[in-house]
Formats: sequence, structure tokens, C-alpha cells
Amino acid sequence: MKFSRIGSIAAVAVAATIVLSSCASNEAAAPSDSNSAAALTGTLAGIGSSAQGTAQTNWIKNFQTENPDVTINYDPQGSGAGRTAFISGAADFAGSDAALKDEELSGTFGKCAPDSKAIDLPVYISPIAIAYNVDGLTDLKLDADTVAGIFKGTIKTWNDKAITALNPDATLPSAKITVVHRSDDSGTTQNFAQWVSANAPTVWDAEATQTYPYKVGDAAKGTSGVADAVKSSPNSITYIDDSAAGDFGKAQLKVGDAFSTISAEGAAAVVAKSPLVEGRETNDLAINIDRKNTEANAWPLVLVSYLITCQTYTDPAVGTLVKAYAGYVASADGQTAAATAAKSAPLSTDLSSKVAAAIATIK
Amino acid sequence: MTTPPFTLPKRKTTVRLGDRIFSSSTIVAGSIILAVLAAVTLFLIAQSIPALVAKQGTLPGITTNFWDYVGPLVFGTLWAALLALLISTPIAIGVALFISHYAPRRVAQVLGYIVDLLAAVPSVVFGLWGAKVLAPTIQPFYEWLNTNVGWFPLFSGDVTGTGRTILTVAIVLGVMVLPIMTAVCREIFLQAPRLHEEAALALGATRWEMIQMAVLPFARPGIISAVMLGLGRALGETLVVAMVLSPAAVVSFLVLTSQNPNTIAGNIALQYPEAFGLGVNTLIATGLILFVITFIVNAIARYVVNRRKAFSGAN
Repeated sequence: MKFSRIGSIAAVAVAATIVLSSCASNEAAAPSDSNSAAALTGTLAGIGSSAQGTAQTNWIKNFQTENPDVTINYDPQGSGAGRTAFISGAADFAGSDAALKDEELSGTFGKCAPDSKAIDLPVYISPIAIAYNVDGLTDLKLDADTVAGIFKGTIKTWNDKAITALNPDATLPSAKITVVHRSDDSGTTQNFAQWVSANAPTVWDAEATQTYPYKVGDAAKGTSGVADAVKSSPNSITYIDDSAAGDFGKAQLKVGDAFSTISAEGAAAVVAKSPLVEGRETNDLAINIDRKNTEANAWPLVLVSYLITCQTYTDPAVGTLVKAYAGYVASADGQTAAATAAKSAPLSTDLSSKVAAAIATIK
Repeated sequence: MTTPPFTLPKRKTTVRLGDRIFSSSTIVAGSIILAVLAAVTLFLIAQSIPALVAKQGTLPGITTNFWDYVGPLVFGTLWAALLALLISTPIAIGVALFISHYAPRRVAQVLGYIVDLLAAVPSVVFGLWGAKVLAPTIQPFYEWLNTNVGWFPLFSGDVTGTGRTILTVAIVLGVMVLPIMTAVCREIFLQAPRLHEEAALALGATRWEMIQMAVLPFARPGIISAVMLGLGRALGETLVVAMVLSPAAVVSFLVLTSQNPNTIAGNIALQYPEAFGLGVNTLIATGLILFVITFIVNAIARYVVNRRKAFSGAN
């Protein structure tokens, strides 16, 4: 019958709508191929840190303009996913907010030549801000113990003694502090926790991991989710990548005996003065960030994100391509591009030349 | 000369090409669905085993064993879905009754289309709306509830500062399951026997009494299956939970605080990107648990509907 036929078509349509409207958030873009015989040709696949996402997009755009026959795809799935994909050989390089762990280095890498290991190249330095949304409060000053207290939930109101003591001139509301933190595992959380636990070990007694350790405050997904939550909630405070802190108030932190304001230079200076992780290969530039740097204007609340590549690739063509791309990323041009687009801190001259020397050995 | 025993001439039954193609393609289609289901089950089980048999303390980020980890998630999954259904069921029945029995024909049609349109909105849009619009807007109301109705156990506790609670998630989920529930209820209400309705009216029943006596009893199994369909959708919803909820690893009935139990699907969406090694297995194992839960829910729905088959509109 005509009627029931229309009915069944409608049913199929309804079913299709329901199926199609349920979520599919991670559809990877199909890689496009290029074919020509200019200086550099080929396709690279990178997976990793979402913190590097904006910077990678700009690096890729600029690099592909210079080298029209190269296609680079970067999928910001997350640092863990990136390292896993790189280890299995699914990605040519990885972006990661943490250097490779020792146990990861002891294994083999899919794309690397059998006797060669992967190396960590610091290419993206980003200061993390303590951002707040309190009406009329412009320059908040905090020290590590107070930050730890707020984010652990022991300091509950804005006019708590600990905060007023540091800000004698500010008018602080009596309102409750709404702490906002990440609900997903994140490198930002880990770097924040490393800084607090290094500087306020008596208060912050949890291990520094990618997961927020305390059952305090509200959680939101991703940097953008946290920014949204802070924006719409008065009297809230969070730790957030500086590039996303926008119009929020940003607290000054007590570093040494003085208060320093967040700045790309301060962050770069801390990274430049930090030692490399010991016991690694010469070209593995994993950095042991000095969270207790006390120089004037230093900003030790900083995230260092790495480009992870092979020392020697099984396929020399891939090696050449990665070498060229990494070279551009670490160059002054690349660092400026990232600083403009993502408010990152350009590598210091010293570190930059170390990274360049390491990249020169990639095969 | 003997006559051979009479046999029917062997004649081919007429099987046309089209018939054959169609019947085999339906068989293929039918087996594909089974094969896919089996493949998914096998994948889930195979990938879960490492997490399920892991020794205490070896799972990344988990201090105790897997079951302590998945417990609050199972609770959160069921609790969020239950709250969503508490919100959406009365509304769905109301909307369906309005469309089927109260509204003028033209209004009913338009309203029907609009409700169906809601089903086409992608969940990511609902998630954005929940996180950016609903949560901040509803937060002052939560504070009011907390101060004035705080004696009610569910509304006690430290009120949220951002509005990202499990109640907000339940409201968004409720809106999302509304279309499918309304559609099913509406169909069932329309099938209520005309004669019963007219008889009730003839006996002097008001319209509400008529609905009470003639429509609702007839429609009960249909309403139950509508609820079960909605439950199935609410249990598995991922993006909305991930984007709107402020999760913590707790079992808590409080609906206005910042520490909300997360759902299984929401937790996978949040933690998968940074997971590696055994962490991935752990998340997949929670997926297996969700698979089992949805399976049980669907089985119960089937059972309820079958038991009351005689009255449902299904036959």
C-alpha cells in the first residue's frame, strides 16, 4: 500500500537521522598525495599534542607554501595518542607535551632504523597562566602556597587571610572561589602540578600526573571548555595555556622574592636555564624544567612541548622530509610564526642552536 | 509393456532472477548485522582482558582494581539516564497527548514536524548549547534551589559555581531523547480504539477522564517501550556528557554540586586521547561494561513489550 510504503520510508529516514546525528567527532582527514620532482616531495603524518595544534597548523601552512610538493598532516589527538602512534609506526613524527619515558625509549620504534632510537626536540614553549574572573580585581598576586591552597580546596573564599596578606591594596570579594580545572587528562594539568608540587610540597601532596588529583571545583573539557567555564562563572579561577587566557585577569606569581608577570620571555628564560634530562642520547633534548628558578621576571609555570622524531629513519626519504620540516619549526621564522599565532615563547638562542644541531643529525 | 509409475513431471518452480537476487541480498544483509555485532563483541572482550586481569595497582592512574574504577562510572551512567528520563517522560507524554488528542489538526502536524526536527540536531550542538548557554544560565537557579529547597537530599551539598552538574546534563539529555519518545507515544495514542474513546465520552466523561480511561491503559506498554528507547539513547550519549559535565570519581546522588559521577561513554571520550598502553585497555573494558548494560536494558524492554503484546499497537 502506498501509505505504508511512505511510512516505511519515513521510518528509515528517522532511523538514519538518529544514527547520523549520534556523534562522530574524530574523523581523520584523508591524506592528500602529491607527485612532482622538486627539491622536496612527499607526505608526512604527525599525531600528537593538542597544545601544539595551532602552532603546527601555521608551521605546516608556511612550510607547504615554501615546498609546494610536500603535504604534512598533523592530527592533534593528544600527546599520549601521538606517542603511541609514533611508537607503532603509524605516524612519522609525534607532538608531545612530555618527553618520551624511559620505558618507551627502551622499546623499538616503527619508523626508525633498527639500531636507532627516537629523540625529543623541544620546539614549543608555552607559559601557563593562573587566570581568574573576579569583577574589579585587576592585579592579583599569589605565591605557590596560596595557589596550592586554592586549587586543593583549603582556601575557599577570595578574602581568605592568605590572599589578603599578599594583596593588601586590592578589594577582594567575600565570595566563594570557584576552581575550574581540566576534566580530561592533559599536559597543562601535569605541568601546573609539577610547578605547584615543586614550590609548595607541604600543601600539594599529590603526584604530578596528567589527571587533576583533588576532588575540588568544577571540571571542564579541554582548554576551550575551561575558558568557557571561567568566562561564564564569576569568582572563578583556573590554570590555562596563556594563548587562551584572553581577557581574563592573570595572577602575578611570587618567584624568588619578587612577583613576576606572565611573559613569553620569562618562560623562555626558565627553559633556557633548565638542564637536560640526564642519561639520554646526545641528540635527545628532553628538558628537566627548573620549576624553582628564582630569577627576576622568570615564569617557571611553563609547558614544553616536543617534536618526537627518529634519529635515523628506515626510509631515508622520510628522514629528509622530517629533517627539513623540523628544521623550519625550530628556526627563528618558525618560532616567530608560532609566537604570533599561538602566543608561545620563542626558543632562546642557545637552546635553538642545540635543537638545530640535533636536527642536523636526523637521517 | 509396463507402464512406468506415474510421476509428476519434474518442473522447475518458477524462481525468477530478481527473486533470487533479492532473497540472497536480504540474507547477506541479515548476516552482516550479526557479523558486525560479533566482531564488536570480540574486539571489546579481547581488548578488555589485559585490563580485567591486571594486578592491583598496575593500571595507570588507578590505585585499586578495575572494578573500583568502573563502579562510579556505572552508577553515573545509570543515574544520568534516570534523571534524563524523569524529566523527559512526562513532557513526552504531554506533547504526544497534545498532538494526538488536543491540538487542532494543523497545529498538531506542525508541532509533530518540529519535534521530529529536534531529532536531527547533532549531539555536538546540544553539547555546545549545554556548556555555553544552559549551564551559566541555570546556575543562579541552582543556587536558589540549594538555599531554599536544600532540605531535599538531592539538592543539598556545596552548590556548583559553573552550573556544569549532572542535572544540567540530564536536562540536555532529556531534550535529546524527547523526539524519539514523543514519536512513539504519539503513534500509540493515535491507535487507541476510537470506539472506546467515543463510548467514554458518551457516558459523560470529560476529555481528561476519557484519556485516563480509554487512551492511557491501552498505551501503557507503548509508553514503556518509548521510555526504554529513550533510555538506550541516554545511556550511550557521549559528547554532551563530555562537554557539559564536571566529573569526579564519586558515587553521589547530589545533583547540584561540582563533584558529579561521570558516565562510561563520557569518561571514554575525555580520557581516550591521552591514554596509552593498559590505560586504553581499561577504557575499552569500561566500554564492554556499557555494552552489557545497554544489552540488558534492551532485553528488558523486549520482555516488557512482548509480555503485553496483546495490547500494544505492535500487532
